[in-house]
Amino acid sequence: MKIMVGVKRVIDYNVRVQINREGTGVIKDGVKMSINPFDEIAVEQALRLRESGLAEEVIAVSIGPSTAQQQLRTALAMGADRAILVETDEEVQPLAAARIFNSLIEKEDPGLVLLGKQAIDDDANQTGQMLAALWDKPQATFVSGLEIADGKAKAVREVDAGLETIEITLPAVVTVDLRLNEPRFVKMPDIMKAKKKPLETLPLAGIGIEMPPQIETLSYEPPPKRGGGIKVDSVAALVSALKDKGVL
Amino acid sequence: MARVLLMAEHDGQTLNVSTARALNCASALGETDIVVFGSGAGSVCEAAARLEGAAKVLHVDRAENAHPQAAIIAPQLASLAAGYDYVLAPSSTTGKDVMPRTAGLLGLPQLSDIMEMVDARTFKRPTYAGNVIVTVKVPDGIAVLGTVRIASYVAVGEGGSATVEAVSADAVLPEHTRFVGMEASSSDRPDLQSASRVVAGGRALGSKENFDLIYSLADKLGAGVGASRAAVDAGYVPNDMQVGQTGKIIAPDLYIAAGISGAIQHVTGIKDAGVIVAINKDADAPIFEIADFGLVGDLFQILPELENAL
Repeated sequence: MKIMVGVKRVIDYNVRVQINREGTGVIKDGVKMSINPFDEIAVEQALRLRESGLAEEVIAVSIGPSTAQQQLRTALAMGADRAILVETDEEVQPLAAARIFNSLIEKEDPGLVLLGKQAIDDDANQTGQMLAALWDKPQATFVSGLEIADGKAKAVREVDAGLETIEITLPAVVTVDLRLNEPRFVKMPDIMKAKKKPLETLPLAGIGIEMPPQIETLSYEPPPKRGGGIKVDSVAALVSALKDKGVL
Repeated sequence: MARVLLMAEHDGQTLNVSTARALNCASALGETDIVVFGSGAGSVCEAAARLEGAAKVLHVDRAENAHPQAAIIAPQLASLAAGYDYVLAPSSTTGKDVMPRTAGLLGLPQLSDIMEMVDARTFKRPTYAGNVIVTVKVPDGIAVLGTVRIASYVAVGEGGSATVEAVSADAVLPEHTRFVGMEASSSDRPDLQSASRVVAGGRALGSKENFDLIYSLADKLGAGVGASRAAVDAGYVPNDMQVGQTGKIIAPDLYIAAGISGAIQHVTGIKDAGVIVAINKDADAPIFEIADFGLVGDLFQILPELENAL
């Protein structure tokens, strides 16, 4: 079985994101970019499945500008076999991304598609579910445990009520949560080796999908700030302050 | 008047309060019908019918709906969506699972985590872990699909008397997805997402056993119990207690954070709380930047002392 895994280029999670002066976007120039952390967990899971003999090939896919090759090279250094970049400088929203993945699926015929449950930039949490709908296959979202056997996957999902286990028939889309695994560190020799692995670039126009209606972003603003608080010096002072506020 | 379809959140017996919160958002957009996908979920429908502002309750009663799997629910929701200008669900793990699959079936874009309506097609929503709020507009001529960030809305009241109508959603349901089991932490404490008071602990608690300090204070206050991601990762408490960007986003009247440093992803989950109290031995911990009241010191002394003072 082939595993296709999504790799989105996002602002590194350690960066304090800043909005530009005009309020028309966030500042990306000179800012460290990385693989979306949830996608990194997806790559790791794909590699573990291949290493345990349950998959033969791991294909990392990204959609974005040519610079997203860096994140694909990182995925290759982690151990992915090859990579595909669907190149575009336009904003690609979840439904468009799902159509692009679905189009690649027709050609690659993977048995499993692993994606992060959400990207830490738009925080949409949609692409995997939309892809599963378009592909007409099962989905398991918020996954923190995954076992594969006999053409089926047993997925443990972190849901509001606790841990839910579902069984799905492959092929399927699985979107991964933080506690599924801890991604490996990339070693120098692997980075060198990754440079020789195949990375195919396809212009978005050549994919042949119809672009869906997109949601327009009118403005960007910081969240409302909470008023600064005070420090109290004793439990008694705290209790009295809370009583004054009417919450005790 | 615009028509809104809101998917109810429930566990088969009880209507989750997130439905009443999302209805507050929905009612401002138009006349709202609540749809309950369930299997013998009559009591849920009755509770939904009592919510103020519900026009009708649509009950889709079939055995397959016993557990809300997106692959099962989405085709039914998509078939009911015709005739509605808005299709909404609370931004719970169920809503996040079902709504994008529904949007995929309908070939429509979707809004995640609506936190404010600007006008009939323009909304605010959080991105970058709540650090950037974007104002977004859905193009004209298509239905607006979205999940509602429940911490941004207060629940509507009860006292309504909507009619409950049995409907059958015309959809072929797949057999590729099977519910196996649910491991839910049973607790008599108030539900984390609807509790008016929440006490939460972080990694500084140091062990599962030490978390008893948190439970004990919570019980004295009649509070729900939460935890930071670090405390969940360390195995002190189960995942359903996690508060933050990747856990639950909550808005209690009182939130007490003990031994939680205040990582951005945690703060995102509590920004809408009424009063935030931070107890931490590190005077420079970022949690103090957003706390209304901070107390610097050893939580192992402060928590029992606080409990005794109540």
